[in-house]
Amino acid sequence: MSTQSTRLAARLMVAPSVFVLFIWMIVPLAMTLYFSFRFYRLLTPERSGWVGFNHYLWFLNSPDFWLAIFNTLALVGGVLVITVILGVLIALLIDQPVKGQGMLRILVISPFFVMPPVAASIWENLFMHPQNGLFSAITRGFGMQPILFLEDYPLWSVIGIVSWEWLPFATLIFLTALQSLSSEQLEAAEMDGASPFNRFRYIILPHLTRAITVVILIQTIFLLGIFGEIFTTTQGGPGSASTTLPYMIFKQAIVAKDIGRAAAGGIIAVILANIVAYFLMRGIGRHLDN
Amino acid sequence: MGKIQLTQVRKSFGEVDVIPGIDLSIEDGEFVVFVGPSGCGKSTLLRLIAGLEDTTSGTIAIDGKDATTLPPAKRGLAMVFQSYALYPHMSVRKNIAFPLKMAGMSESEQAARVERAAKVLNLTSYLDRRPGQLSGGQRQRVAIGRAIVREPSAFLFDEPLSNLDAALRVGMRQEITELHQSLKTTMIYVTHDQVEAMTMADKIVVLNAGRVEQVGSPLDLYHHPQNLFVAGFIGSPKMNFLAGAEAAKHNAATIGIRPEHLDIGAGGMWQGTVGLTEHLGSDTFLKVTLDSGEVVTVRANGDVALHHGDRVALSPQASKIHRFDASGKALA
Ligand SMILES: Nc1ncnc2c1ncn2[C@@H]1O[C@H](COP(=O)(O)OP(=O)(O)OP(=O)(O)O)[C@@H](O)[C@H]1O
Ligand SMILES: [Mg+2]
Repeated sequence: MSTQSTRLAARLMVAPSVFVLFIWMIVPLAMTLYFSFRFYRLLTPERSGWVGFNHYLWFLNSPDFWLAIFNTLALVGGVLVITVILGVLIALLIDQPVKGQGMLRILVISPFFVMPPVAASIWENLFMHPQNGLFSAITRGFGMQPILFLEDYPLWSVIGIVSWEWLPFATLIFLTALQSLSSEQLEAAEMDGASPFNRFRYIILPHLTRAITVVILIQTIFLLGIFGEIFTTTQGGPGSASTTLPYMIFKQAIVAKDIGRAAAGGIIAVILANIVAYFLMRGIGRHLDN
Repeated sequence: MGKIQLTQVRKSFGEVDVIPGIDLSIEDGEFVVFVGPSGCGKSTLLRLIAGLEDTTSGTIAIDGKDATTLPPAKRGLAMVFQSYALYPHMSVRKNIAFPLKMAGMSESEQAARVERAAKVLNLTSYLDRRPGQLSGGQRQRVAIGRAIVREPSAFLFDEPLSNLDAALRVGMRQEITELHQSLKTTMIYVTHDQVEAMTMADKIVVLNAGRVEQVGSPLDLYHHPQNLFVAGFIGSPKMNFLAGAEAAKHNAATIGIRPEHLDIGAGGMWQGTVGLTEHLGSDTFLKVTLDSGEVVTVRANGDVALHHGDRVALSPQASKIHRFDASGKALA
């Protein structure tokens, strides 16, 4: 794709899909923007009139708002840290030649196929439940009081559940990246006197940077919108302890039936996502090219 | 120091005996070449010496000390891989310095050694590039650079030139030979290219199916092959073998005569018809079908005026005939 004419042809070829994608994006965005300045509450008969920046101000003045922003970022960050670190370690483990490797890999991948509400229910009722949960059985086995996960550590619990769901994705990407590392490079490093840790540090980890970048970018996109797991388990509570921005928008749109406010929240979420994307691309985006 | 001694070294992968048992000693400072057909176990043997594979049984001693179970890093050997195995995310400088860094050497000493190696290998202007931005020959040099900075007691090369084009191969061959002459370090070099073997080696080890067929200097192998395999493997074009009546005249099961030891001329004892001719300029290779039905290759002058279908008479130089018994062993 280096000559003038092939470049022009390429542009012409992608133009239609760029156009469709642009419409696809701009129409909902414009409508949300429009509603965010309107008075539009489903429970009142009067649904017209401009309200200026009132909806936005309501969010900014709401005591829950900054907590929700923090929770959203903590959820994204926490899950990213857990999935990347554990994902690399598990990928290193199941890359070793062992008996039943195929089966093992399928087992590791399988949580990814469980739908988010189902996964959350499983965790809530089978693991974290104060009476029937596995964890409480274990703590009782040690003669201790069961931990009230969803009451005392709601955000951590959600982070745990979401990490469990996304770990297979990260592991899978890292595993394929590991398999593309030439064994001669590792052998050369071994001959050069690199200890197993140094081989990881200087050969494997640099080889994985692109995969790690891909995992971080893709997961961030999905994690910013996490909703189902919170809805099924904590409902954003206790209080607002596990309310994230998407959950706050949901409360305005569906519980309070205030479309105008929810739209303003949506626009704030878009801005937040763009800020996150900007810093991500500045921080790690360079690992994607070359 | 770099004396390497293999005693009854055996290697099997599961059921398959790749190397059924090898005794070999490599003297300090020697340039030893392992040759043999593809799949005969050359790389495996090299990797056993390097410590990248475990021996099934037998011992490997380096400088008189048993190294059979030592990890690769502790053996003091450096290896150059066929695929170069450079670290793609590091600059050439960092690649070459890597073994020094792993050894915990000071930054200034590292820099000095890298500088010296780069000068020897003409890499000075490429030190800040990544391996991906280098040509094949330059990558090869970086791989060699990474090996020499450690000042190992021996170098192991596994077909280092097989990814290079013919002209570059000749150049690198000479560079490696010169490197050996200036460093005087033991080098073990694996190849299946017998020209490389003949031109570079002090000592050639001919391997076949995991067994050592013969060990000797290049000319020794050329003049005195101990068996049919070595006779056929060393020398290009291949030695001609004749069995049956012709061999019986010499009291042997098989006789061998090299293409360059067949003279063309009237009064020759073998009559035949010229088949394929290959004109290389300096030489001409003729395939001659003898009247007895056997095909022999003849190496003649570059300007010999013989063509397909011409009749020729050939006479072997009597002193250059190799005789082999029924089991393939050379007869004195
Ligand atoms: N890891 C392994 N597992 C099983 N068999 C192996 C393994 N490595 C090598 N072999 C077998 O050992 C034999 C020798 O292999 P080796 O790589 O040493 O050959 P080679 O002489 O280097 O050949 P080439 O010139 O093609 O590189 C081959 O038959 C190969 O199939
Ligand atoms: Mg090989």
